[in-house]
Amino acid sequence: MVTKSNQRTLIELKNVKKHYFMGDNIVKAVDGITLEVKEKEFIAIMGPSGSGKSTAMHLVGSLDIPTSGKIFLDGVDISLLTESRLAQIRGKKVGFIFQSFNLIPNLTAKENVMIPMTFQSQSRNESELKAEELLRMVDLGDRMQHYTNELSGGQQQRVAIARALANDPEVILADEPTGNLDTKTGEMVIDFLKKLNEQGKTVIMVTHDADLAKEHANKIYWLKDGKIEKITKG
Amino acid sequence: MDKLKQYFKISLRNLKRKRLRSWLTMIGIFISIATIFVLISLSLGLDTSIKEQFKKLGSDKFFIDPRGQLAGPGTGGAVTFTEKDIRTIEKVSGVKDLSYFVMGSAKIEKDDQVRYANVVGIPLDRTNLWAETGFIDAEFGKILKKGDSGKIDIGSQYYHNDVFEDSVMVGDKIVIQGKSFKVKSNLKTLGNPTDDKVIYMSVKDFRETFPDKGEDIDQITVQVNEGADINRIAEKVKKKLDDVRDVDEDSRDYRISTPEELLATIGNILNIIAGFLLGVAGISLLVGGIGITNTMYTSVLERRKEIGILKSVGAKNSDVLAIFTIEAGLLGLVGGIIGVIIGIIFSKGLEFIAVNMLAASILQVSMPLYLIVGVLLFSFLVGCFSGLWPSWQAVKVSPVDALRYE
Repeated sequence: MVTKSNQRTLIELKNVKKHYFMGDNIVKAVDGITLEVKEKEFIAIMGPSGSGKSTAMHLVGSLDIPTSGKIFLDGVDISLLTESRLAQIRGKKVGFIFQSFNLIPNLTAKENVMIPMTFQSQSRNESELKAEELLRMVDLGDRMQHYTNELSGGQQQRVAIARALANDPEVILADEPTGNLDTKTGEMVIDFLKKLNEQGKTVIMVTHDADLAKEHANKIYWLKDGKIEKITKG
Repeated sequence: MDKLKQYFKISLRNLKRKRLRSWLTMIGIFISIATIFVLISLSLGLDTSIKEQFKKLGSDKFFIDPRGQLAGPGTGGAVTFTEKDIRTIEKVSGVKDLSYFVMGSAKIEKDDQVRYANVVGIPLDRTNLWAETGFIDAEFGKILKKGDSGKIDIGSQYYHNDVFEDSVMVGDKIVIQGKSFKVKSNLKTLGNPTDDKVIYMSVKDFRETFPDKGEDIDQITVQVNEGADINRIAEKVKKKLDDVRDVDEDSRDYRISTPEELLATIGNILNIIAGFLLGVAGISLLVGGIGITNTMYTSVLERRKEIGILKSVGAKNSDVLAIFTIEAGLLGLVGGIIGVIIGIIFSKGLEFIAVNMLAASILQVSMPLYLIVGVLLFSFLVGCFSGLWPSWQAVKVSPVDALRYE
């Protein structure tokens, strides 16, 4: 929880820019961000909509390639990796939680949790056991065989958390994880994230809810117009 | 392996999700696969039964036919052979034996019913080469032998397919061109309705029954010595016969065909027909394949977000390619399974009709396991191939763009 100098750096962004064209206009979604994510941190990326926080999160999670600047994932420059190698490392080191859950519709809860393990070529048996364990952990032990459309929003988000943890990643990236949930279920999801952080996971949460960020994160990056406006302690 | 199994499962689930669309796509495949299956099983079966018939005849015989007759021997063509030709051929060294026949169309009567049939006269004082090889064999009674007069062997149709109202049996009498003949044997079926309706009698009886035919001979069958080169002897026979008949390469009015030549000719004809039909089936398969491409492409467009999710949880490009290609392959495979089932039913039905209603037992289908497995594998591959381009489109989906669809 407390930042120590000997903590390992997991993700490092060095003057990263992401520009893209929308029609004839250049959109500078991220315009020169430098930041470091160390192990066991709980970081919040804050900002109004259009501030580039989602793009920033995609870059931090190496889902996106920067227009310029460098991103290091566990010390490796991701621009040097092939797309497939990057996908594999991403699947192993980073777990994503999205605002709209993003589960695969025609798979059961358990199968959704198994998917990331399948991509890491884990055996079926192993993945099944792990998926069951994770679903029990998020209190969905009795919903494993349910399809996603048979689950409530809160339940779906908990399946997504279980899926994010499938490959035991060091970093959990949560993009507005409570955005589509009511306050009570939202709190429950945040509690899970806190618990994971206490167990040693690095959590990066993108949110526009300042109270949420101040209450839980130990470091907050405030974004505006694609730049870091300020960094505060939570 | 576990990974591939999972992909098959996911793909199957996706196809089930869009059930109607999947079925519509598969119709395009199974029609063409069924056609291809029927064609191959038919031509394999036909090939086998023709080869069997030739095997029965043996590879030591060749045939001499008049040339330029459209409707076959005995139908009134101008060209015939003579006793002189027979004697000439007999003298060629390497010739072991020969037989011949003469054929005519006759009015046949029994119990006041009138029918028409081909009557074949064979020299009973010579070896009956067809009987010797078992090509002609009696089902009931005994086939004609030297010295028989006023007796006939009749094809299987007279007993099994009611040429007359009642089956004709050994001992019954048939009137041919006004003369009464006693049935000495019912022959076994050959599989070809025309051949199975033929009546055999001695040449002597034939000459008396068909005075118009004079001393004509319609076809000669030559048997060569064991181990002799059949093509070389056929060549020698041709030379002698040219001299006797006073013809040369250009004016030659007869044709010598060895078993290999006949087989090759029939094989060629069959191949041309099968090739043409397979071409038609191939075009319909192409259309079916494009149907798969279309369906898969639509599917990729609809599932951009899903692709993005898969990539964000660690799917490599090869994983995405595999998932979508397998899905397309399964469309082909399931279409193929249905196609093969329809094909089997259709082929068997065709065979049933041919054997039971047309008495053409030569028309048999053959569907060995390798054909079934091969066709199924082929349809899976056609599916995969058709899905390749859409799958590649799926690979190119960028996870971030796909996830932006919120």
